[in-house]
Amino acid sequence: MYSAAAAEIAAEIGLAKGKANLEVFASTMEEMAASDRNVVAVVSDSRGSGKLAPFGKAYPDQLVEVGIAEQNLVGVSAGLASAGKKVFAVSPSCFLTARSLEQIKNDVAYSDNPVTLVGISSGVSYGALGTTHHSLHDFAALRAINNLIVVCPADNYEAEQSVRAAAALEKPVFIRFGKAPLYSLGKESEQAFEFGKARLIREGNDLAFIATGEAVIHALLAAEKLKRDEGLEARVLSVHSLKPFDSEAVLSAARECKAIVTVEEHMVNGGLGEACAATILEAGISACAFRRVGIPDEYTVTGSQADIFRHYGISMEGLAETAKALLSKAQ
Amino acid sequence: MNYTDGQLELKSLKLRRSVIKWIKHAGAGHTGGSLSCIDILNVLYNRILKVSPATFSSPDRDRYVQSKGHAVEALFVVLADAGFFDESDLETLCAYQSHYVGHPTRKVNGVEQNTGGLGHGLPICVGTALAGKMDKKDYRVFTLLGDGELAEGSNWEAAMSAAHYKLDNLTAVIDCNTLQIAGRTAEVMNSEPLVEKWEAFGWSVRRIDGHDYAALTEALQAPLEKGKPSMVIANTVKGKGVDFMEDVGKWHHGVPNDEEYERAMASFETQIGIKEGALS
Repeated sequence: MYSAAAAEIAAEIGLAKGKANLEVFASTMEEMAASDRNVVAVVSDSRGSGKLAPFGKAYPDQLVEVGIAEQNLVGVSAGLASAGKKVFAVSPSCFLTARSLEQIKNDVAYSDNPVTLVGISSGVSYGALGTTHHSLHDFAALRAINNLIVVCPADNYEAEQSVRAAAALEKPVFIRFGKAPLYSLGKESEQAFEFGKARLIREGNDLAFIATGEAVIHALLAAEKLKRDEGLEARVLSVHSLKPFDSEAVLSAARECKAIVTVEEHMVNGGLGEACAATILEAGISACAFRRVGIPDEYTVTGSQADIFRHYGISMEGLAETAKALLSKAQ
Repeated sequence: MNYTDGQLELKSLKLRRSVIKWIKHAGAGHTGGSLSCIDILNVLYNRILKVSPATFSSPDRDRYVQSKGHAVEALFVVLADAGFFDESDLETLCAYQSHYVGHPTRKVNGVEQNTGGLGHGLPICVGTALAGKMDKKDYRVFTLLGDGELAEGSNWEAAMSAAHYKLDNLTAVIDCNTLQIAGRTAEVMNSEPLVEKWEAFGWSVRRIDGHDYAALTEALQAPLEKGKPSMVIANTVKGKGVDFMEDVGKWHHGVPNDEEYERAMASFETQIGIKEGALS
């Protein structure tokens, strides 16, 4: 996932290696189920890919299998939630957010059934399995649905916090997890986790990387590289909540920095970048240079998640280059 | 209150009259399918369901989810009759800022789930029935499907899972009026043989006359078989109760003109008068 140079910088700044967010999700589910028999996981032959096999063994009465039937997965989850269960509907994000989109819209969001929809192996986590297994549309599709919180955690801390917050909230929530092991982004204790509040990962006023999910670490490494190579100080924000959206954090970045680069494991249409652009334009800020980095609207290149990230510039080197070019144009 | 079959017949006449009245008032609605399922809803709400305005928030209540959401006018007049809200609220049916939308929403007292897209009710009810089994509760869960709706694949996903989990606390009713918006269900997308299909999916199935109160009561009053979900295929007539609407496809969402409206209302008045006379 990381070049040798990126791994070196990660070591230099003391980033701790963590687990895959999916594993954190599964262990958090086990902890919650131990003290709350209403915590239920609903799976569509996805207990293995969701790392929920141990959960199913430990709490067989709290795991509902519906087979390979994603529409039923979401409908059943809505019915369980309406009867007081704290439901986590777990399925690969590619299927969950496309095949069952109408159930998400009607049975969960519109009917206000407090299901937590868990999109696993999201974005291009499935890499070389190809576009059928990629979810590069889920932010766009779900941002357009009323009464749904849309979350994309960047590290283990955000993953655990978002799962616990979703269980406590009793509102429809979508959370998206990848399966690659992630660095911990640190500063857990300094900022309370809250849906709708971006997490400041790094301070800086020359430019800002506004990123989400598994792309955030690459933005942080790019910020460190820009400091070493160019003496630039880049702010890094982890926008774990696509909805509700932290407009204030984005506007502060737009007012205080010369350029903004948004970074996401999602098609550039309808995702984080467009949310930032709309926020900034509607506030009347035009002095800040702006560039979206994500997956372009084209036939997605074949390769692993790391290959695809690198190909489209979601890497320390790629993001540093994009930032430099944008800043040079802005000045 | 325990209604006799005759009293339920009278109630159905009045409910059908209300359906026509409010559809005419709103200038929109799903007339044919609302009229075909009135007797089913009448029996459910007046003989079967353990739910009332006072118990609607109880976790132990029976649940009814109307999967064929377009027949919302039938649901609204039945809920109003059962005291969930004042029928005069329907003055605002489909009007600007009204909660009384053209499909069921939970903003209306008595409505369990927002429906309207087809193929949604059964999966939701599987989940609610499953929760009842998990919590060892005695409540029952009911849903009403249209026969045209059965082309939606999600129904069959749910059918499989209901049998897999042996949900005998779940009863589905098909309002089998044999017509859908584009024509005869048999010609648009044939769903027969229904009995054999549902039996093959592991359900206990009964096919009855959906306008026969005794048959409806008998089929709905208890699960058909222990360890299996129940399917009641109710043979009905689309547009039932208004002679010129009966079994005529265009009344799927037809709104009567003034002359048709007067004719239908006059017919109801006559029938109601006769029935009231017979019952007094």
